[in-house]
Amino acid sequence: MIELQSVSKDYHTRRGPRRVLDKVTLRLERGQHLGILGRNGAGKSTLIRLLSGAELPSSGRIHRGMSVSWPLAFTGAFQPHLTGIDNLRFICRVYGVDWKPLLPFIEEFTELGLYLREPVVHYSSGMMMRLAFALSMAIEFDCFLIDEGLAVGDARFGRRCHVELFEKRNDRSFILVSHDPTIIRAYCEQACVLHEGRLLHFDQLEDAYAFYDSTMQPIPAVQFD
Amino acid sequence: MATTFMRSLAIQRRVIWALMMREVITRFGRENIGVLWLFGEPMLFTLGVAALWTAAGFSHGSNLPIVAFAITGYSSVLMWRNTVGRCTGAVQGNMNLLYHRNVRVIDVFISRIVLEMAGATASFIVLLLLFWGIGWIQAPDDMLLVAAGWLMLAWFGAALAMVVGAATTYSEIIDRLWHPTAYLLFPLSGAAFMVDWLTPAMQRAVLLLPMVHGVELMREGYFGRIVRTHYDISYMASINLALTIIGLFLLRDASRRVGSK
Repeated sequence: MIELQSVSKDYHTRRGPRRVLDKVTLRLERGQHLGILGRNGAGKSTLIRLLSGAELPSSGRIHRGMSVSWPLAFTGAFQPHLTGIDNLRFICRVYGVDWKPLLPFIEEFTELGLYLREPVVHYSSGMMMRLAFALSMAIEFDCFLIDEGLAVGDARFGRRCHVELFEKRNDRSFILVSHDPTIIRAYCEQACVLHEGRLLHFDQLEDAYAFYDSTMQPIPAVQFD
Repeated sequence: MATTFMRSLAIQRRVIWALMMREVITRFGRENIGVLWLFGEPMLFTLGVAALWTAAGFSHGSNLPIVAFAITGYSSVLMWRNTVGRCTGAVQGNMNLLYHRNVRVIDVFISRIVLEMAGATASFIVLLLLFWGIGWIQAPDDMLLVAAGWLMLAWFGAALAMVVGAATTYSEIIDRLWHPTAYLLFPLSGAAFMVDWLTPAMQRAVLLLPMVHGVELMREGYFGRIVRTHYDISYMASINLALTIIGLFLLRDASRRVGSK
């Protein structure tokens, strides 16, 4: 179980502190698939950073009763001068996993061939994405954090990601964060909307979509407390 | 998840090792001598300085063996200057690693500090063995005192690296100020002189700098009775301790503020 209790996050700006997340409360059970909808700037990335532990909340409590992944297919932690295999070994060392048994899967999934032994700096963005996704699958987690962006890559890659993540690992929890309701509709049985730093919960999926749609209007049609 | 202390320790050791491996390959690559550059580089610096000081007759008319004097002196500078240099901007440069929950800001610092010290120490030992082997220098008079001085300098370097490195997360000005400070501290650090050569007033001033005490201690261990040394290890230890506490505090605060600007 993951639980966020009244989690707030403030960032310092030149004009003083700015609240990006405001008393966010969230509870995710094992095996639950939760979608979080939010427009650009709603605080999605901040929420992901807090969930993954890259940043600490300004106030409130985060309780992680299960292992949480880094943001899926995140390429930012790659060291450009390391090879694909070096990056695999780094990740494996950090998570205390033997890397050698994982190599066949990485080779098969990434289809990088010789490039796996070349510095990542020479990869195209598609190759980078394949490696990043494969590394995310190499370490087993109870809960995966999925940022948008996964839509990058060709149809074949998309299909293979789908199999690995949503079919083979369907028993795990995940939190899928996106501005695109169709992705959330496809994979999640529950949805929240992140709007102006607040996380709004809805009992019915359709209510979440309806509210989200309304926030896309030039002037928000729905008021909330 | 309740994580026991021993488990945390095991994770931290693993993470620091992973970061060190990553750093070694990133900095030195696999081409030519690769990881050996870790101490090859400081060795070249020390050799150059030893050659220069020998050519310039830098022992101020004292009877000190100049090569041993240069090696003990310049190696001591590596311990604090290079270690701090590695840790400025260490947080900003590794922000993305923090997405891996086990990786903490302090791990990045420890891995860099340990790596830098390993390089400086290996360079020091290899050079001493090398010159002792060809008969240019004598073996240390008291190995334990040399080691004690070295450890005190290592502690000082590590603590200062945490303070300055963490401080750079508050403001980049700290990074800019560090470079001239390090440059100016070098001639004052005791690397290029013995405190005994100075006037009493200058001695008092120079002994305010903690690293001078470490270098003096190390030189007493190395040269034995042929040098007169001035140091106060409890003074240096107090400063080190204070810096360590400040450093840990700043690091804790820095990791809370990570990404908040």
